Amino acid sequence: MTTTRTLSVELLTRVEGEGSLHIVLRGDVAESVELRIFEPPRFFEGFLRGRSALETPDITARICGICPVAYQMSACGAVEDALGITVSDEIRSLRRLLYAGEWLESHLLHIFFLHAPDFLGYSDALAMAGDHPERVRAALRMKKAGNALVTAVGGREIHPINVKVGGFFRAPEREAVRSLAPELAWLRDEMASCIDWLASFEYPSLSTDHELVALRHETDYPYCEGRVVSSRGLDIAVTEYEDVFEEQQVSRSTALHSVIRERGGYVCGPLARLSLNQDHLRPAARDALKRSGLKLPCDNPFRSILARAVEVIQAADEAAALCARYEPPAACAVAVPLAAGVGRAATEAPRGLLFHRYELDDSGSLKSAKIVPPTSQNQKSIEDDLRVLAPELARLPEAEARVLAEHAIRNYDPCISCSTHFLELRIERQ
Amino acid sequence: MPTPKPKPKPKLAVIKLASCDGCQLSLLDCEDELLAVAGALDIAYFPEASSRLLKGPYDVTLVEGSVTTAADRERLAALRRESRLLITIGACATSGGIQALRNFQSYPELARSVYAHPEYLDSLATSSGVAEHIPVDYELRGCPVDKSQLLEVLIAALHGRAPRLPRHSVCLECKRRGVVCVTVAHGTPCLGPVTQTGCGALCPRFSRGCFGCFGPSDTPRVQALAPVLASVGATDTDVARLYGTFNVGAPAFGDEHRVRLPVVE
Repeated sequence: MTTTRTLSVELLTRVEGEGSLHIVLRGDVAESVELRIFEPPRFFEGFLRGRSALETPDITARICGICPVAYQMSACGAVEDALGITVSDEIRSLRRLLYAGEWLESHLLHIFFLHAPDFLGYSDALAMAGDHPERVRAALRMKKAGNALVTAVGGREIHPINVKVGGFFRAPEREAVRSLAPELAWLRDEMASCIDWLASFEYPSLSTDHELVALRHETDYPYCEGRVVSSRGLDIAVTEYEDVFEEQQVSRSTALHSVIRERGGYVCGPLARLSLNQDHLRPAARDALKRSGLKLPCDNPFRSILARAVEVIQAADEAAALCARYEPPAACAVAVPLAAGVGRAATEAPRGLLFHRYELDDSGSLKSAKIVPPTSQNQKSIEDDLRVLAPELARLPEAEARVLAEHAIRNYDPCISCSTHFLELRIERQ
Repeated sequence: MPTPKPKPKPKLAVIKLASCDGCQLSLLDCEDELLAVAGALDIAYFPEASSRLLKGPYDVTLVEGSVTTAADRERLAALRRESRLLITIGACATSGGIQALRNFQSYPELARSVYAHPEYLDSLATSSGVAEHIPVDYELRGCPVDKSQLLEVLIAALHGRAPRLPRHSVCLECKRRGVVCVTVAHGTPCLGPVTQTGCGALCPRFSRGCFGCFGPSDTPRVQALAPVLASVGATDTDVARLYGTFNVGAPAFGDEHRVRLPVVE
């Protein structure tokens, strides 16, 4: 006879946005696992129709307050692709600098404020500060350095105002950027000194078999450019994205699920990026990766916190170097003559691949828009992980099962605002 | 003499409706002040930051996001009852946010354009600010809010006084700071004359026109700005777009957006 037990948690916390999880356990098998995304739909793709292509960076930034730069970069990239525009190397470097700032802000928030408390048994970073005051103070200072970088290049840390199709409204001043280099170098070294601490965490065991998907560029760790590649040999141009990936709507979610045609779910984000691009790491990041003990490709999503830490070092090191030799470009934007066309771009948001596709009419107004955020791509794999964890969840007392399930969701740093709202976690046992 | 029992700290709640998370993130972005905030206030309910969720009543409740679902609309009355001070943070909670663009379109058509199965959705045909549904003690503007303004609102709440925040226009802010007028000097359309400051004239300082993040200023003279925008070549469509963003739900901006929209045949 099967014992019937019901577990419930009202609200999933320490994620950006709110949603719900519903697990039905029969014995130690998950009969169903549904990550429910209840974020009120905001219909960006609908009201973008008829807007000027030049407005897309500012409008799509408002999809997510945590990763607005990612939306701005994918928007610029898609419009520039539609119009056949290429930006200068100086503008490319400034974009990398801005994007690095966002990775720093977002990854540091996740590592120290959202994820580390799970490993150490705290409800939040402020509670953690009671026992680890120096750690939390250093984390705040590191995060502040990331914010300062986005502010210097973008004008403000949330919803930057300096980005436009073709480049920037104004080149940041030389000294404003150069003066950031020492603090970014400090950030890199401080994060490197945290690697042993992070590596000493007790990692729940979980072995997954996800296809990993990320951008890959010939020479650089990917932000805005590259081909879409996977751990199972996928290697396509961004323009072919829609031939391979498709979105599905399910009744429980206002986020559309993204799958690889005929293969199913996949994972994007730091673990995928690192697994597919480790040869492009800078020496400081490569050293940190080695010391972290992270084996790539990594099949345990709980270890994603280490991948984020390595990416913090990568981003801080590159940003410090770019800042130290920064000269304001003579032209901070290229001309953008509007015309009809279809454009696509994918960039690497902190949480993973962010795809935009726009269709422009001859006045440069949008006829259609399609946006695929990283969390809707990871959603299916998050559910798969919880299915794999089912025997463990069934074995644990209610409170601990709840903590483990939430922890497993946080591995992906889900950005539910990009796609969601009310996350209510309820586990039913039958 | 026995030590007097310390007074319990005022309880803070941070609530999210339809939004991007950016305004509540502003609180976590106060890196220099966050520990002091946590020292002065008991952060009792802030799901984005903590798994410790205490029940109300709360002394101060910050609400981010607009009202776009029946469930959220129904949640507000209880939220008001359990909040001594209820403060909206940001353009969404104050005027409905960019998602209020739906108020100017056919909602069923909009829903169909994004979702194959709009019948799965629980969504209202309009997006509105919180004060349209319940009394609100203070509305903090911005898309996103400004960190120092957010701190001023919290400090004012702690001291039981009204926040001291400017209501004048971005245009006046430029004059005070000696920022060259982007409209006069470069012919760039700018909403600075009708938009409330709070950003410190950020966009003009970056050589771009204001696009209205902080919503209408006190007595915005939208009609007076119209010929100025026209004189630098802004068409009706340009003007409709300029007003049709994050504060389109604010009447002064929304009305101008509506009248400038091209007539659909």
